[in-house]
Amino acid sequence: MEHIVIIGNGISGVTAARHIRKNSDHKITLVSAETKYFFSRTALMYVYMGHLTFKHTQPYENWFWDKNSIDLKEGFVNKIHTDEKKLEFKDSSSLSYDKLIIATGSKPNKFGWPGQDLGGVMGMYHKQDLENLEKHAPNKEVCKRAVIVGGGLIGIELAEMLRSRKIPVTFLVREASFWNGVLPSQESEMINKHIKDHHIDLRLSTNLKEIKSDENGNVKSIIIEETGEEIFCNVVGLTAGVTPNIDFLKDSGIELKRGVLVNRFLETNIADVYAIGDCAEQHEAIGQRRNIEAVWYTGRMMGETLAQSICGNKTAYKPGHWFNSAKFLDIEYQTYGWVFSEESKQVNETYFQWQHPKDNKCITISYDVNTRKFLGINTFGIRMRHEIFDRWLTENQSIEFVLEYLTDANFDPEFYKLHEAEILAKFNQENNTNIQLKKKSWKRIFSF
Amino acid sequence: MKLIKQSGLVIFLIGLAFFIGTIFTGSFSLTPQELDTFIIEKGYKSEVIKDELSKAIVNKENLNIFTFSSKVITAFETSNKHYDALIAKYNTEKNWTKKGQQYQYKISGKLRSKSFTLAKKAGKGFAPNNTALAWFLTFGLGIIGALLYIVPDVVLLGKPGIKNDGIFLNAATNRGWIGWFAFIFLVTFYILLYFYPDFIVNWVYLVDPISKSISRNPASQWFLYGFLYCTVMTVMAVRMYIKYRNNKYQILRTTSVLFFQIVFAFLIPEILVRFDKPWYDFKNAFPLDYDFFFRWNLDELLASGTFGLFILVWGVVLTIVVVPIMVYFFGKRWYCSWVCGCGGLAETLGDPYRQLSSKTLLSWRVERIIIHSVLIFVLVMTGFALYTFFSGANQVIGIKTQTIQDIYGFLIGSIFAGVIGTGFYPIFGNRVWCRFGCPLAAYLGFIQRFKSRFRITTNGGQCISCGNCSTYCEQGIDVRAYAQKGENIVRSSCVGCGVCSAVCPRGVLKLENGPEDGRINPTEILLGNDLDLMGLVNKK
Repeated sequence: MEHIVIIGNGISGVTAARHIRKNSDHKITLVSAETKYFFSRTALMYVYMGHLTFKHTQPYENWFWDKNSIDLKEGFVNKIHTDEKKLEFKDSSSLSYDKLIIATGSKPNKFGWPGQDLGGVMGMYHKQDLENLEKHAPNKEVCKRAVIVGGGLIGIELAEMLRSRKIPVTFLVREASFWNGVLPSQESEMINKHIKDHHIDLRLSTNLKEIKSDENGNVKSIIIEETGEEIFCNVVGLTAGVTPNIDFLKDSGIELKRGVLVNRFLETNIADVYAIGDCAEQHEAIGQRRNIEAVWYTGRMMGETLAQSICGNKTAYKPGHWFNSAKFLDIEYQTYGWVFSEESKQVNETYFQWQHPKDNKCITISYDVNTRKFLGINTFGIRMRHEIFDRWLTENQSIEFVLEYLTDANFDPEFYKLHEAEILAKFNQENNTNIQLKKKSWKRIFSF
Repeated sequence: MKLIKQSGLVIFLIGLAFFIGTIFTGSFSLTPQELDTFIIEKGYKSEVIKDELSKAIVNKENLNIFTFSSKVITAFETSNKHYDALIAKYNTEKNWTKKGQQYQYKISGKLRSKSFTLAKKAGKGFAPNNTALAWFLTFGLGIIGALLYIVPDVVLLGKPGIKNDGIFLNAATNRGWIGWFAFIFLVTFYILLYFYPDFIVNWVYLVDPISKSISRNPASQWFLYGFLYCTVMTVMAVRMYIKYRNNKYQILRTTSVLFFQIVFAFLIPEILVRFDKPWYDFKNAFPLDYDFFFRWNLDELLASGTFGLFILVWGVVLTIVVVPIMVYFFGKRWYCSWVCGCGGLAETLGDPYRQLSSKTLLSWRVERIIIHSVLIFVLVMTGFALYTFFSGANQVIGIKTQTIQDIYGFLIGSIFAGVIGTGFYPIFGNRVWCRFGCPLAAYLGFIQRFKSRFRITTNGGQCISCGNCSTYCEQGIDVRAYAQKGENIVRSSCVGCGVCSAVCPRGVLKLENGPEDGRINPTEILLGNDLDLMGLVNKK
């Protein structure tokens, strides 16, 4: 029996702990400075919006940890002594380990803006950020306006949160169109419009210059780089991406770059020290993935994989086909395989696109212009089956095949209006083809 | 818009105040002739009751319903006490003949019902005399106010989508003070309805004209309840249509429950009565319809000719053929969320409270114990009832069938299904009865769990464990526990309301009826992670 210590009780650390417990009787300790019990970070927004209480964000009841003999330790790790296999905490207590898993996640980026540490300036990542927001923006009387800096997924979520309490929001986005480094322009533009429809003051191609303080050290206003305009506000949300949360590892001897460098087995340069989740950085990218992936499910998969290795079944981290999802205010987004934006796609990658004339629905299918191979799909406002696309990607199906069997992939609730026929008609028209839509078949859907 | 909404609330509260206030209005007094008719109708042999009632309630002025009712009850009790004393007297004298004779004079049955019947004849005042105005000030203002409160949401809620903002910040929906007031109101209402119908006789007057126009009979408290039920469901269905206007499944489902409630549970039975047929709700399946096999019901059906026989056969076929076959194909949702009246109220009036159901493992354990106990209870009771019906013996192994039926009716039929089932909406969520009590749900649940095509499919690895699905599951199923493992949800208690799928921000859940193979799919590793699965399997 070994003592496995996991720093960080987010999705990666907790998944690792659960799977190690399933497959072994190792002693497991989960260390966290944020909260005693695991909660779903992605759900923090819903607590502020009043959809959930904080308790609802905890996927396991409090007795779960004791019952599965997973020890919980609250504390902030100051230092790791890898030679002695010992952790040193802020309160100068210590903890010995046989194997150490670093799963400390990320922290919001700050780019050295003047005033970035004032009262009322915050990210939206930790539970403490939520409490801070509740303090500075409990309602529209206390918070007369909020400015959000950074047009990514967390930024738009923070805007949605504040709008749920009718707080006016100005949203500064560096790019010329929302998230257009990732999304094709059709989709990016639809989201731009949707953001404005929600009465969010969206400022594209706009950067933050500085944040100004009032006499109490709180935010008074921000200044825009391009125009010098001053916008008065009580809250500034900094949501310009995240970086691995690894400052405490600086002198540990563990090899770091932006994150903790790991090989395919999620091992660091030091024996018995591993890193998973947002804070792990692959030496070499896996496929077209980034070296650091701050995504919920990759953290989970790394946890699953590492648990196998630690329990004696040495396993490499092999994430399958890329997928992801998000929600932009009312618009759901799913993606399977790779769809790159216009600016970052290769020459052989081309799109087939369809957009609903009125509703906020559209799809982009990316395929190889030479081989007709299906590369990936973005869907907005239409739900699709993960299993099906995963299979089609593995089978290297063609764009024509995907469209022919598209009804199999639909995952919208029953009675929803289906658009496959319109989508296919557009493709046929553009490509002078005559593909006939196949009727949905349970047999095909479940044949695996 | 906000102004309209607020004035709607004010109008609704005025209507509610009139509604509650109506209870205290009117004066109650009978003429001697009316009393005579009543006693002859009922065939009372007691020589005391007429005098007692006559002293108490004939030609009185300013008797409100409470004094009236207590006087009536005292009169009946005095009469019964009188004969009890005689019985005791003859008992000590060992005069068995005389003692035996006294029993025919005793008056049995629920005194509150008698008091209700008399009060219904005796009332004068605001509700019985100005019914139209009184109806407008109560029901009318209530409906108008509620609609004015609800309809502006078309604009105020903004674009179609999931509209759960502020639910846990609102005292009405987070077990705050408004929730507790609603709880007290609903519980009081059900206690009055089931146990003190005479106190709400003024409300019954309000719906008399409606009852007469449908069935030609004056309204009973049950007609009032039926009418109120339909009204509340209709108004709250409007709210559902607005809140879930992005979701066609919810719209159709709401329309369906509303249709079955109004047509099958309310209009058809009343129209049947108009044509001297037995009151029957064709969709109400045994064992939810727990008194279907009671002697009085079987007797009534058998006495109603071919039509009665048809009902009898339909009732049996519904439970043992239609229900299981439909559950096989569509899951129990076809009944619980598309047809059932209890489900209908839960999905309309109860929708604002769905997030309050407990998701703990403990409550799941409690749920399984209680609901299956109720199922056993109803089956044993029905066994008793059928034995009694066919054998003529009124008891089985020394237990009176009537006693068992009374206990079930009181504990389960009234307290559990009504007072707790609906009264506790604002505290324990909107499906308390369906989740913990309904024996039909337990029966459908077995089929759904073990032999059905229905499941909630989990979409691969897309779940982010946010917990919206679990929170908004009215049946307290921890949906997330399955979804985050990539497992389909196959649970006997799922009523297929579809809200987990609606509130999921990542499109992870879909209710569907597919092949049975692979319906239950315990997964070791989530989709997307290309682990060597065979290695895992071989290790086991």
